[in-house]
Amino acid sequence: MRGSGIPIWFFIGVLLVAYGVMILGYGVFEWTTGSYAPGVQLTNLHTPVWWGGLLTALGMFYAVRFRPGRARK
Amino acid sequence: MFVFQSVTGSVAAGFFSSLPVLLAFNAEPLAHLRTLDILVIALYFGMVLWIGFYLKGRSNTGEEFFMAGREMTAWIAGLSFVSANLGSLELMGWAGSAYQYGILATHWYWIGAIPAMLFLGLVMMPFYYVSKTHSVPGYLNLRYGEHARVLAAFSFALEMILMSGVNMFAMAVVMKVVLGWSITFSILVSAFAVTLYVALGGLRSAIFNEVLQFVLIWGGALLVPILGLVQAGGWTGLKTKILTNIGSDSYFHLWRDTGSFAANPMGVHWTGIVFGLGFAISFGYWTTDFLVVQRVLAARNLRAARMAPIIGSFFKMAVPFIVILPGLLGLVLLQNPDGSRRQLVGEDVVAVCSVASATGKIEDPAACSTAMSSKSNLSAEAQRQVLSAAPGSELHSYNQALPLMMVRYLGPGLLGLGITALIAGFMSGMAGNVSAFSTVWTYDIYKPLINKKGSDSHYVTVGRISIVAGVVVSIFAGYIVQHAHGIMDYVQALFSIFIAPLLGVILFGMFWKRATRLAGFLGLLFGIVFSASLFEWVHISPAALATVALSSDAKPMAENVFRALWAFVFTAIVVVVVSLLTKPRPVAELDGLVYGATTLPKEDPVPFYKREWMWASVVVVIFAALNILFW
Repeated sequence: MRGSGIPIWFFIGVLLVAYGVMILGYGVFEWTTGSYAPGVQLTNLHTPVWWGGLLTALGMFYAVRFRPGRARK
Repeated sequence: MFVFQSVTGSVAAGFFSSLPVLLAFNAEPLAHLRTLDILVIALYFGMVLWIGFYLKGRSNTGEEFFMAGREMTAWIAGLSFVSANLGSLELMGWAGSAYQYGILATHWYWIGAIPAMLFLGLVMMPFYYVSKTHSVPGYLNLRYGEHARVLAAFSFALEMILMSGVNMFAMAVVMKVVLGWSITFSILVSAFAVTLYVALGGLRSAIFNEVLQFVLIWGGALLVPILGLVQAGGWTGLKTKILTNIGSDSYFHLWRDTGSFAANPMGVHWTGIVFGLGFAISFGYWTTDFLVVQRVLAARNLRAARMAPIIGSFFKMAVPFIVILPGLLGLVLLQNPDGSRRQLVGEDVVAVCSVASATGKIEDPAACSTAMSSKSNLSAEAQRQVLSAAPGSELHSYNQALPLMMVRYLGPGLLGLGITALIAGFMSGMAGNVSAFSTVWTYDIYKPLINKKGSDSHYVTVGRISIVAGVVVSIFAGYIVQHAHGIMDYVQALFSIFIAPLLGVILFGMFWKRATRLAGFLGLLFGIVFSASLFEWVHISPAALATVALSSDAKPMAENVFRALWAFVFTAIVVVVVSLLTKPRPVAELDGLVYGATTLPKEDPVPFYKREWMWASVVVVIFAALNILFW
């Protein structure tokens, strides 16, 4: 959205970074300690690590690309 | 999000009708959240409130509050457009439907959406946009006059309020079943958050949250089919497992078994799918329902308004990956605690086999046994375990397929994200309901009937108050509807009854200069009466379904599509006959409203890769390829 202040993509980027960091952090904790939640399948794939990393990267891209005050062409 | 009832017909109706049953659900919640999950959910609430407060300063005029300043990009309008139809009940309901019927359910995402979305963008949008109307009833006013507008506005406002309430209640019940949360807690928290952010930021806030919801749904739900496919051995492995366990390959065919009503489990015929669903219902919903059209009207220019539905159609075609596929995967991957395949059953069987919390035993073993034998494929051993109320033997319904798959694959944090996606879907749906209600109430009811001379700021205030009042009324409506058995069927039917006549009136209004004011009003009125009569006929006498849907093998799913088709035909006849008997409006008055009487504004030339026709062609090719691939 032009001319309307902070774009929605910035809000989305911030939220994805927050989620990504939390999930990635927990994934690393799980992996290093080996304490997985009972009943969850495919823990050997370490899903929180790569999914959390993906969310973080995507969120950072949007948060930086659409940060407030950034001049747009 | 309520909108999915109109498109999904009886699947959704079944889900809603089962809510009172679920309310009495005493079993353990499906999921247990940890601190990390709660934190993820709390962050979402914090974000939507931040957005609401931030946007308050940008929603001061009527144009800003009700139309989001008409400055949305094609991407934002397009994502919001498709997101308005991507609610949680839809996700859960269609995943359950896929579990039961296979990929036949995909018709509601492809032929039941894509052609209509393209038609809206390429053909209809110029007239909505050029007329600068605030709403669909507003267009009816310009084209047919005050009577048609008021009839459409009251019908729409009533639907919005009722559906907002029903959805709020539905969310609370789902949260109770999945998480064990109190009904009142869920309703109060969601109602407070939605009221605050929509009343502060208006349509812009609703649209922002819909885009946010769209991202969250993909971020939270996409892992389920990915991990499910890994575990099932890919698509080929899934097909092999279903053939082995179920013994039928009809789960993988969209069209092959629709040559007769009896040949497919949905009891639908291809004619009903193509003409009823693909035309009457789909075009009615995607091109005339103000809830979705409002998102496109907020686009910043005509090209963006035309591109928005086309962009939305790409994502719409992809939704079955996170909705239909989890249902199919659940069919072979869900397991009981002993490792055997878990079979889901209908809501009615779950209700009959509920466990009394006081005794820990099945309340009515005889009725439960009968229901399991007649309405499920549970093995004798599984039935025995259910009747003995053995630990882990409790029954789960088809609609719980998606939450069960989430619990299976998502650990702490990721599960919170999945649950947040469901909550976001509910809340943005409610926000869509109340923002559309507020616009129609203010511009199509309050302004023409109560106070014609208010200032712009006065109407913004009325809009804000109507949002608060609308949410309060919808909470009461939700409770009343849920506790008055039988009303739910009518609430569900409201939308499908209204949709086809509205489509008939608007199509003739846009593409036939000869259509007159009286014809528009009478076509809408009699079309609604006719459609309601067909509904009531089948409701009173179920045998009438065979007449309405043209076959004794037809199932309730077929009723909606055929009823819509007949209602459209009836409305068309009324509009044509009355128009020919009455005096048409001068063509000069129809500028900006009717094809052939409108000069569309010239748009700046753009490269071919930015043209709407080019991207629509790409959509058509993908759409055709998918239908052939899964024929």
